[in-house]
Amino acid sequence: MGTFKVFKSLVIDSLDTITKGSKRYHLWMGFLTLVMLIGMYCYSIQLEEGLSATGMSDRVSWGLYISNFTFLVGVAAAAVMLVMPTYVLKDLDFKQAVLIGEGLAVAALIMCLAFVVADMGEPSVLWHMIPGIGVFNFPNSMLTWDVIVLNGYLFINISIPFYILFKHYQNKEAKKSVYVPGAILSVFWAVGIHLVTAFLYQGLQARPFWNNALLGPRFLASAFAAGPSLIILILAIIRSFTAFKIEDKTIKKIAMIVTVAAQINLIMLISELFKEFYAPTHHSESAYYLFFGLHGKNALLPWIWTAIPLNVLATVLLTFNKLRNNLKVLYFCCFILFVAIWIEKGFGLIVPGFIPGPYGKIVEYLPTGVEIGVTIGIWALGAFVFTILAKTAIGIELGELYYKDKNTST
Amino acid sequence: MSDNKKWYSLDLGLNNKKESSGTCGCGKTEGSCNSSPKEEELSADEFYEAAINASIGEERHRDGFEQVFDVKMDRRSAFKKLTASLLIGAGAVTTSCSVTTGSDTKEKAQIDWEEQFKGNYKLMTDEEKQGTINRLMRSYELRTHKKINMTAENAAEDVLFGYAFNISKCQGYMNCVSACVEENNQDRNSEMQYIRIHEMKDGEGFKFNKADDNYYHEVPAEGHFYMGTQCFHCDNPPCVEVCPVQATWKEEDGLVVIDYDWCVGCRYCMAACPYDGRRFNWSKPEVPEQEVNKNQHYLGNRMRKKGVMEKCTFCVQRTRKGKNPACVEACPTGARIFGNLLDPDSTIRWVLENKKVFRLKEDLGTEPKFWYFMD
Repeated sequence: MGTFKVFKSLVIDSLDTITKGSKRYHLWMGFLTLVMLIGMYCYSIQLEEGLSATGMSDRVSWGLYISNFTFLVGVAAAAVMLVMPTYVLKDLDFKQAVLIGEGLAVAALIMCLAFVVADMGEPSVLWHMIPGIGVFNFPNSMLTWDVIVLNGYLFINISIPFYILFKHYQNKEAKKSVYVPGAILSVFWAVGIHLVTAFLYQGLQARPFWNNALLGPRFLASAFAAGPSLIILILAIIRSFTAFKIEDKTIKKIAMIVTVAAQINLIMLISELFKEFYAPTHHSESAYYLFFGLHGKNALLPWIWTAIPLNVLATVLLTFNKLRNNLKVLYFCCFILFVAIWIEKGFGLIVPGFIPGPYGKIVEYLPTGVEIGVTIGIWALGAFVFTILAKTAIGIELGELYYKDKNTST
Repeated sequence: MSDNKKWYSLDLGLNNKKESSGTCGCGKTEGSCNSSPKEEELSADEFYEAAINASIGEERHRDGFEQVFDVKMDRRSAFKKLTASLLIGAGAVTTSCSVTTGSDTKEKAQIDWEEQFKGNYKLMTDEEKQGTINRLMRSYELRTHKKINMTAENAAEDVLFGYAFNISKCQGYMNCVSACVEENNQDRNSEMQYIRIHEMKDGEGFKFNKADDNYYHEVPAEGHFYMGTQCFHCDNPPCVEVCPVQATWKEEDGLVVIDYDWCVGCRYCMAACPYDGRRFNWSKPEVPEQEVNKNQHYLGNRMRKKGVMEKCTFCVQRTRKGKNPACVEACPTGARIFGNLLDPDSTIRWVLENKKVFRLKEDLGTEPKFWYFMD
């Protein structure tokens, strides 16, 4: 009963926090709301007309939605790179970042689920996928594995920070015996979500571009570069806009993670390119399409040739200690690395899987306005969710938000 | 023999013939579903017409050895089932007609509700299957004031459907494509086609990437040959494995089918199919009322909705009644051969045993039940 009362007070207090703030905060939230509304309007068009409102077709049947889904799974998994040092290796420099990282994971997972739902042709019968009520094709379909791991990860990433914040809210210490096992579980789980998502594609013998043993490991390497990059950028923003203290040391340690992951990612990229282009077979055609175009069809060329140089540049710059420790260079590197991996592990991965088609037909894919509107709307939703979570968490951590026991005060 | 294999291989049932436990629509294993003499008499005309169609109709398109060797499989039981399903359909229509028109809207809402929350067809009992097709027929009547005849016929015992395509004979006329579209009520707006005919250059072999599957000129074009693809009804179908909700599965007679009402539209099966065999309804499919084929099967050519998958079903509404698929019947050159792989006297078996047959992308282990051969 007491716990419930504290919870009620927490909800009221956090509602209070998230609705109050500086003018800039209100502008930001208003802007996100507007973008979300535009996204919802676009989605309503898609619901009305069907998926023909998107650029997808029978030849390229997955597009921008699934690309963003794939990328965001990686971002969500990256939270683990902060959780592990803090809770498992007891490196306290990460402690400030970890709540932010987990908040980011929650926002990314919500975006993932939103992208999958947006991609469904018949969302009104989505209950067919709920185990128990529907028919869950487990363990045969990798998509059911993905449903389990994503929702499980979402649960872990909501419950651990919630427990810690709930204790801090009451000005108590969180019990290590409660959250450390959960943190350790989440480390394995994070690797699981990204590996399973890779297996979703890797297991298809029909698509040689994806049917490649390196796909899963490369997903992990790119995710552990792009995710922490985003966390660094967010920490930089939080540092300059709030009183929340984040040490340079913390950011530099995360930068180290980004660097190592980006280096491994680059090695794997070289290995992939070697395999595709040294002794090209029929199965290398998708890679040819992606990097050089096929039969005059080259819609992806500008994208991939933006991504690769950015990726290489960021990795090289990060490799030098002097450059990496300069925060301005670091932020720049993180930004270009994030963009590069978004392109490469997004539609640079999904679209070429379908081109050329099973019988060599080359039909290109170009997202429509509606599709882009929905996509941006979902990103705004993610930013909105993250802002709410971060503001509450920071409020509690700074001690601005605490439980005022009415029984003792009156 | 097949126990030690590391890869999947197609089981034609030659070694273990009686393994499958197929039952007919009513659950009885012997006799027809509604076999009383009076009922059989009722549709004697239908029976007669179908018999003519089945025995002569195909032979019009057949020549040479096919007429001699093609002994119709399971003709007797197939006709019995045809009769039964016609009667069931007729009964459903009569019962649904007795409802007063005033409560139409209410009834429609009731049907829509029940349809929205029904289960997966694969797991339904025969009564439930009958229930849903009755609702669907009634719903169609309420909306358009026209009647359709839909069946939920199950796979027959000792039947495994297979297909063979004679590359030497095909001239690229595409009669099969239009017959398929008409038979299967495919969306006319997007011009959805299950069959693709690939026009290839002589002397270059099977170069699919150089082939044209969307030609519009006089055929046969000089210096070209033709080859058709569609769903191959693999014995080890990757599309079935990946479906998260089991909305697609392999039936006892080898047909890979989809429950259009259970599909959530994730298109994972489409990505998994190595043969471009699946199609998606990107918009609401539309067929002009006068062109709708009203002889339907739940798993076959009934009207689809937007946002779900569909594909070739080897014309389940025809083949489970002992007829050939529409493409086979429409082919003017006799390039298409269809039949029961478990029947040693079928034409398809003759082709498999006497021609040098091959299949596409055999290295993927999908075991298509669709063979190619040349004269």
